[in-house]
Amino acid sequence: MSTDVTAKTPAPAPPGKTGEGTGGGLLQLVLDGLRRNMRQYGMLLALGLIVALFAVWTDGDLLLPRNVSNLVLQNSYVLILAIGMMLVIIAGHIDLSVGSVTAFVGAFAAVLTVQQGVSWPVAVVLCLLVGAAAGAAQGFFIAYLGIPSFIVTLAGMLVFRGATEILLEGQTLGPLPDGLQKIGNGFLPEAGPETNYHNITLLLGLVLIVFVVLQEFRDRKRQQEFSLDVVPLNLFLLKIVSIVAAALVVTMLLASYKGAPIILLILGALVVGYGYLMRNAVFGRHIYAIGGNLPAAKLSGVKDKKVTFLVFLNMGVLAALAGLVVAARLNAAGPKAGLNFELEAIASAFIGGASMSGGVGTVLGAIIGGLVLGVLNNGMNLLGVGSDWQQVIKGLALLAAVGFDVWNKRKSGS
Amino acid sequence: MAGPVLEMRSIVKTFPGVKALSDVTLTVQQGEVHAICGENGAGKSTLMKVLSGVHPHGTYEGEILFEGEVCGFKDIRASEQRGIVIIHQELALVPYLSLAENIFLGNEHAKGGLIDWRETLKHASELLRRVGLSDHPETRVADIGVGKQQLVEIAKALSKKVKLLILDEPTAALNDEDSGKLLELILELKKQGITSIIISHKLNEIRKVADSVTIIRDGKSIETLDVKAAETTEDRIISGMVGRDLDNRFPERTPHEAEADAAPALEIRNWTVNHPIDQQRKVVDDVSISVRRGEIVGIAGLMGAGRTELAMSVFGRTYGRYAGGTVLKDGTEIRTRHVAEAVEHGIAYVTEDRKHYGLNLIDTINRNISLTALDKVAKRGVVDEHEERKVAERFRKSMNIKAPTVFEPVGKLSGGNQQKVVLSKWIFAGPDVLILDEPTRGIDVGAKYEIYTVIDQLAAEGKAVVFISSELPELLGMCDRIYTMAAGRLTGEFSRAEATQESLMRQMTKDKEVTR
Repeated sequence: MSTDVTAKTPAPAPPGKTGEGTGGGLLQLVLDGLRRNMRQYGMLLALGLIVALFAVWTDGDLLLPRNVSNLVLQNSYVLILAIGMMLVIIAGHIDLSVGSVTAFVGAFAAVLTVQQGVSWPVAVVLCLLVGAAAGAAQGFFIAYLGIPSFIVTLAGMLVFRGATEILLEGQTLGPLPDGLQKIGNGFLPEAGPETNYHNITLLLGLVLIVFVVLQEFRDRKRQQEFSLDVVPLNLFLLKIVSIVAAALVVTMLLASYKGAPIILLILGALVVGYGYLMRNAVFGRHIYAIGGNLPAAKLSGVKDKKVTFLVFLNMGVLAALAGLVVAARLNAAGPKAGLNFELEAIASAFIGGASMSGGVGTVLGAIIGGLVLGVLNNGMNLLGVGSDWQQVIKGLALLAAVGFDVWNKRKSGS
Repeated sequence: MAGPVLEMRSIVKTFPGVKALSDVTLTVQQGEVHAICGENGAGKSTLMKVLSGVHPHGTYEGEILFEGEVCGFKDIRASEQRGIVIIHQELALVPYLSLAENIFLGNEHAKGGLIDWRETLKHASELLRRVGLSDHPETRVADIGVGKQQLVEIAKALSKKVKLLILDEPTAALNDEDSGKLLELILELKKQGITSIIISHKLNEIRKVADSVTIIRDGKSIETLDVKAAETTEDRIISGMVGRDLDNRFPERTPHEAEADAAPALEIRNWTVNHPIDQQRKVVDDVSISVRRGEIVGIAGLMGAGRTELAMSVFGRTYGRYAGGTVLKDGTEIRTRHVAEAVEHGIAYVTEDRKHYGLNLIDTINRNISLTALDKVAKRGVVDEHEERKVAERFRKSMNIKAPTVFEPVGKLSGGNQQKVVLSKWIFAGPDVLILDEPTRGIDVGAKYEIYTVIDQLAAEGKAVVFISSELPELLGMCDRIYTMAAGRLTGEFSRAEATQESLMRQMTKDKEVTR
């Protein structure tokens, strides 16, 4: 309702335009920025708060190098699924089948490597293909036959869960070859002189930090070249310092244990790749467009069916990857693997800022949402909270996150 | 007249950062039809929301007197209990419930929680008769037209013992026939003692039904005029709305001299389209039109004439079932079976319904503008955000889109500015032929003039423009040639010199019965 009102006010007096130099200084600028991106920063702050709380409650155990390493390993699969789920939700759909597909692919991997003796790299490729096929099949029904995604993937959830049990004949299959296990449990190899830290991880962290900083500066310079407004220098520097500090802390923590887990690298590549895809690629834009207003996207020449199809195909591939990671980590494939994973992925996406009606959300948001759940999980485990109460608390966290968002939107009247 | 039934005194309403109403005083006499006029964004709707309790008492300053008593409504229910009923532009009916159920929704004839169907149906048919509807009260709302739905809304208001009826742009979605019926009903209700406030952009309507008109500009009430007085002309009202004398509503156009030998930029031959569901029905029947570069060609027609359907089916078959016809671009036949194909051939269609078909309201200005031609700001599938922003900034300046930055969500803009974004989006796609479907619908006079200027410029740059409109003065003011359509068929073609409102209207109403 109030949208309507703001829409009808003539020539809005430029409120947010504090401009350079004017306004209430740095703090004011930071607050303005926060307010404008309340959802994203709000969740980041909430994540920070949760981390701080659990760090205190666990007497610092949460932030022990070993535990940080564990946290990454434990939650990698949810984060992988959350990325794909975010795309699905932005496109205006839902995928309930990912948990079952995850289990199915894990089972398929075990059957290939353990029973058939297929070498593990070949098995990985075959598994990703199977995931793609599962996603494509569902995507076909949704995009080209127009069956609602809720129905198709609910069916998929049942079909692939059943198929998993058929494939495994109800048994748990393991152990898996070493190479495959590394995907779930492995760390980067060590090299160089004996320090107290993991050298390669340190190096990698530094390279990453330098790259990000250079990128930020280049971006800023290009904006200035085009004589576009840029954020004030002090705010920009503050941003750089925060990024560097955060990256440095994580690098040091990981480097002082066994180094960076291999899965973290895969995850990092996914986050960067999909973040870039959603922000800068034509394909990503088309996903936002069909989720935001499907008829308008169609009339703009967006090939909505193809985009929807590919979004589900992609979800299938990521579910397969998650399936491999889960099987590798447990060193076995079981019929009950991946149970409720779809719900965790969906919860992550919504905590991270997705909207039920589609068109809204970011990959980074999905990761933040997934991490909120992950830290809650891990922290409560360290505190010895039972899984019964863990579920209650996670459910309330989801409700609180989305509730806060709704409340915040209503308050700001947009 | 028995004195004022409603007085709103010095109403001030502020939203965070914006003053929507800065000082509005409105006096409505008992038993009159009072029109409220003003540009989009002037504050008309906000004022009515204050009156009806959508913005509850305490969130605004000023005083409301209804029937001589000071009132402070805390919600819509409270105002309805006093007999003030507002009918919004977007109708609030449930499509799959019956007329009777809709009329008494929230106000059911019930005993102990169970609906008394006999009483409901009896009362409903009485009310329907009062608004001139003969449909059975058990008909579903989805099965009647928009015009009738509007009347159902009024029946619903009557069921609430309405004393003051507020209609927000009641005829915006109606054709002339239904509009006429509605206006007559308002006059009929006036005879029965019901006072009405009508918000409208259509000045001829105001002249027809209103007794007085209050003009609101920039959140202030400017003046109240007696409509029946001789000096209250349409131009007089318009100058009050825009705050300046509007000596010229259209930009000066040098009529285009058609180069007879060059092939038309776009030619449509024998185009026929069937209704998407009722496939026996021809919605567009054997229509042939053409438009040359630099020419603006109008298509006039009443609602249901098939103008939008023609445009959309040519533009990537986005409406109905294709049943024959060819499209020629610069003399060669082209295929436009998908939107992407049509765009590739340099055709753009700017929809009449920008909110549903034109824009992604939750996305920003820059992303909406670039969507149709992302490739122009992308390399190998990767969008260059700086380039995109530059493009958007350029359009923001050249089209005078009023927004603090190009990162503003389009949904927050006013109708006129949204329309400018839709136009920018299609101009950026770089078409040779632009089909503009009601490009000035629901936007204020000032923005209209800006849009006309843009259209004129496009033609001057050598683009071919097809201009679909329901406003005849606009077609007469802008077009080099005008086609008329009625009931899916082409009924006439006029040069700029030949066309008059009367001659167009004659062709627009022609054959309407014969084709069925």
